[in-house]
Amino acid sequence: MGLVQIASIAGSVFILVVVIELIRRNRLKERYSLIWLATAVVLMAFSVWRRLLDYVALFFGIYYPPSFLFLLAIIFLIILLLHFSTIVSSLSEKNRRLAQELAMLKTRIEEKEAGGEREKEQ
Amino acid sequence: MRVLVIVPAYNEEENIAGVIRDLMENYPEGDIVVVNDGSCDGTSGIVRRLGVTVIDLSYNLGIGGAMQTGFLHALAGGYDAAIQFDGDGQHNADEIRKIFRPHEKMNADLVVGSRFLSEGGFTSSLQRRLGAKILSFIVSTLVGKKITDTTSGFRFYSRRALEFFGSNYPEDYPEVEAFILAHKKGLIIEEVPAEISPRKFGRSSITVPRAVYYMVKVLLAIFVDLMKKIE
Repeated sequence: MGLVQIASIAGSVFILVVVIELIRRNRLKERYSLIWLATAVVLMAFSVWRRLLDYVALFFGIYYPPSFLFLLAIIFLIILLLHFSTIVSSLSEKNRRLAQELAMLKTRIEEKEAGGEREKEQ
Repeated sequence: MRVLVIVPAYNEEENIAGVIRDLMENYPEGDIVVVNDGSCDGTSGIVRRLGVTVIDLSYNLGIGGAMQTGFLHALAGGYDAAIQFDGDGQHNADEIRKIFRPHEKMNADLVVGSRFLSEGGFTSSLQRRLGAKILSFIVSTLVGKKITDTTSGFRFYSRRALEFFGSNYPEDYPEVEAFILAHKKGLIIEEVPAEISPRKFGRSSITVPRAVYYMVKVLLAIFVDLMKKIE
C-alpha cells in the first residue's frame, strides 16, 4: 500500500467522520447530508480499491484515469450547486410568506389594541 | 358585495394622502388597505393619521409581494372582490365603478383599466409606447384576447382571482405575468378604458438600454410562466 493510498483513505475517512459528526450534532440536516455521505463513500471506494478508477475510466473510454476524478469532482459540484439553488429558492419563498404573515399580524394586533382602548374609554 | 381597495405604496409620502382622499370621496363604499412595501419615508404615518388600515411590510418585497399581501388580507377578511389602485396618484377613484362592469356583465375575474383605450389618450415617449406595443402584442397572442395595456396598476380581482393569486402571484413582473397565469388558470380577463394622470411627484427613470434589458427579462419571465405547472 503506497503513501498516496494511505493518505486518500485517511482523507475519505476524515470526510465521512466529519459529516456523520455534523449530523449527530444537528449542525447538518439529514436531508442535505445525503449528497455528502455519498461523496465520502465514493471517495472511500476509489481509495481502497485503486484499480476501480482504471476500470471505470477504461469503461468510459477515458485515456488518462485521474482525469476521471476531476470529472467526478466537477459533476459533484454542479449537482451540489443546483441543490443549493433549489434550497435558496424555497427559502426565499418561505421568507416572503413570513414577511407577509408578520405584516398582517402586526396590523391585526394594532386594530385589536386600538379597539380595546376605545372600549376602555367608553 | 364587499370590496377591498388595495393600495400598494413604496415611498409615496407626497402622493398617498391625495390618493386616499380621492378614494374616500369617490368610492366610499369600498374598504381601503394600504400595503406599505417597506417605505423609508412617512408613508405609513400619513395613512394612519387618515384612519386607514396599513399593512407595514418589514422590508421591500416588490410590487408583486406587496399586492399578494393585499390579496391575502382580502381573503382573510372575507371580501368578495378587490381593486388594485396604485399609491402614486395615477388613477381616478371615480373610475372604479367602471372597472366593475365586466364582472357584473360576464363574471370577469381580472379586469384591467387600460390607458390606451381611453379617449383622453395618453402621451408618452416613443420608446415607451413601442415597448408597450410589443408587450401588448405578445400577451394578446398568448392569452388569445386583445390586451392593450399590460402594465396597468388599476385592476379588479374577483374572489376566484384572489384565491388563485393569493398562492400564485408572480414576483418579478407581476402585472404582465398575471395575464399569462390567469389565462392558464382559466380566469376570464377583460379590459376597460381608464384615464391615467401623470405622476404628480417623483418620476420613473427609463433609459434605452434599461428598456431593452427590461424587455428581455420580461420575455424570459413570460416564457417561464408558460412552462409552469398550475394546479
